[in-house]
Amino acid sequence: MKPAVLLPVLGFVVLFVLHHDFWNWARTDLVLGFLPVGLAWHAGFSVVAALFWWLVSKFAWPTAIEQWADETDKGPAPRQSAIGNPKS
Amino acid sequence: MTSLFIIIGYLCLLLGLGVVSNRFSKGTSADFFVVNRSVGSFLLLMSIFGTTMTGFALVGSTGKAFSAGIGTYGLMASWSGLIHSAVFFLVGIRLWAVGKKHGYLTQCEYFRHRFDSEKIGYLLFPILILLLIPYLLVGVISAGKFIQASTKGLFPEAFALTLPNGNPHPLSGGIPPELGGAAICFIVLFYVFFGGLRGAVWANTFQTLVFMITGVIAFWMISSRLGGLAAASEAVLESDFARPRAAREGLIGHAQFLTYCFVPLSVGMFPHLFQHWLTARSAKNFRLTVVAHPIFIMIVWVPCILIGMWAAAHLGPLPPGASPNAVLGRMVEGLVHSPVLSGLVGAGVLAAIMSSLDSQFMCLGTMFTNDIVLRAMGKDRFTDRQKVLIARLFILAIVAITYVLAVLLMDTAQVFDLGVWCFSGFAALFPVVLASVYWKRTTAAGAIAAIVVTAAVWCVLFYRDIIAEKPEGAEEELLIAGMMPVTFMIAASAVTLVVVSLLTPKPSESTLRKFFA
Repeated sequence: MKPAVLLPVLGFVVLFVLHHDFWNWARTDLVLGFLPVGLAWHAGFSVVAALFWWLVSKFAWPTAIEQWADETDKGPAPRQSAIGNPKS
Repeated sequence: MTSLFIIIGYLCLLLGLGVVSNRFSKGTSADFFVVNRSVGSFLLLMSIFGTTMTGFALVGSTGKAFSAGIGTYGLMASWSGLIHSAVFFLVGIRLWAVGKKHGYLTQCEYFRHRFDSEKIGYLLFPILILLLIPYLLVGVISAGKFIQASTKGLFPEAFALTLPNGNPHPLSGGIPPELGGAAICFIVLFYVFFGGLRGAVWANTFQTLVFMITGVIAFWMISSRLGGLAAASEAVLESDFARPRAAREGLIGHAQFLTYCFVPLSVGMFPHLFQHWLTARSAKNFRLTVVAHPIFIMIVWVPCILIGMWAAAHLGPLPPGASPNAVLGRMVEGLVHSPVLSGLVGAGVLAAIMSSLDSQFMCLGTMFTNDIVLRAMGKDRFTDRQKVLIARLFILAIVAITYVLAVLLMDTAQVFDLGVWCFSGFAALFPVVLASVYWKRTTAAGAIAAIVVTAAVWCVLFYRDIIAEKPEGAEEELLIAGMMPVTFMIAASAVTLVVVSLLTPKPSESTLRKFFA
């Protein structure tokens, strides 16, 4: 598996596992004085997920698919949808 | 009354937006249905986010946090932050590319060509409607309930209500949910009729900004009225009724929490999101959506979950007949004493609800016109103007059906549970779309079998959980071996897809060349 595929897959698996914070299940203590610890963990999880997707979009963006879609402009005319002409 | 006038003013603004977006229309059906595939990064993010956040996210999440506590965030919001972006990245971009290359407008059209089968389009269409109607109901019911809670006491004589024991109902004097729901349907219909998907994209962007900003204001106001963030949360820990809601023990099971991860897969099969993906100008426009989506979800959901938890301490147990769906409205109405802010917050909640309804109405009209009428009667039979008219008439019919169902279920349906069932159905169809873009061996028979199995399993389980009378002592939410029913629905769909595909002849080389780079 190429690193550009392997690293995002590994990152996703790690995040998937970290989502299940069983150690916070019964805890009611507050983080920053107002956020229950379970909620704070998952709010932090959302931030880390955004960071993960930023890294994926920076290093593993599927540029080939975009080129493939754009080939339409140079190749034969696409089939038309039943409604109007979406290729404009 | 000031808050009501602000809400009315906001709704009038949306009517104006519909008229203005109509002026930018090129008058073609392509412009009406997919905005000529011209939407950039920011509008794509706002329209997709606005579409995925509905009454479910604001009204439903607050109500669910009131009943089930802070675990509600982990169940839906943080899973969605990870899974939604994964689906946008893995499936959304590929479908955009195929849609651009071959000029598709709807899901049914894509599947029909991908699997070289007319039947799959006719099969999928009614099933997508069946699954989308609970989603539409979530919007209409949430809007009606919220308007009633926010206007309670304003019309004491016209809309007086009493509890079964003869005492005044806490929502007495509020605009009845049937009336509020009808007003919301009318407003959305108006700007969708005039502006098509362009109107919906503009309205979504505007409304997403409105509900995010007003949500933050409401959160700040409510926490201030409760004595500040720390005092509001401390009050939860001091209340016997509310304290369990600051954790998950006894409220949410481990298997249930884990298997909720399947529910957000639904975004891969939402027909309205498919249509929004097709509006993108380029694949690069997806980047902002993929990255910012988890953060946007957090900005909207964390305040709602905290308000729901605080409400458990502030309001205590609900009286018989009162629905948790009304908790957000009651907190805003009871604590935000500024009528101006109260009105703005009300407009924000309605914005979140309407920003989903518009896209759903639009996609149903597009599918009916493109996949049913023009397929059956020939694409050259109608002018562009007539095609748009057909879509509008179908939208009108769907809104009428949804409204009648919403009125019938207004007092019994739980917004959160209804939403989860809708998402579960679409999630169970996810193996079909995933296989269609990544597994060349998938066959039409495999996809059709998976769709039929999904529909059958969904109907049986939905009936058991929502329609049938539950035996005494049964759990409120249907779980199978402690897991979400969606787990078994996805498994049934995936196994059927794989087995039937392997047992039937491979797709033709020409079809595969068309869809795989």
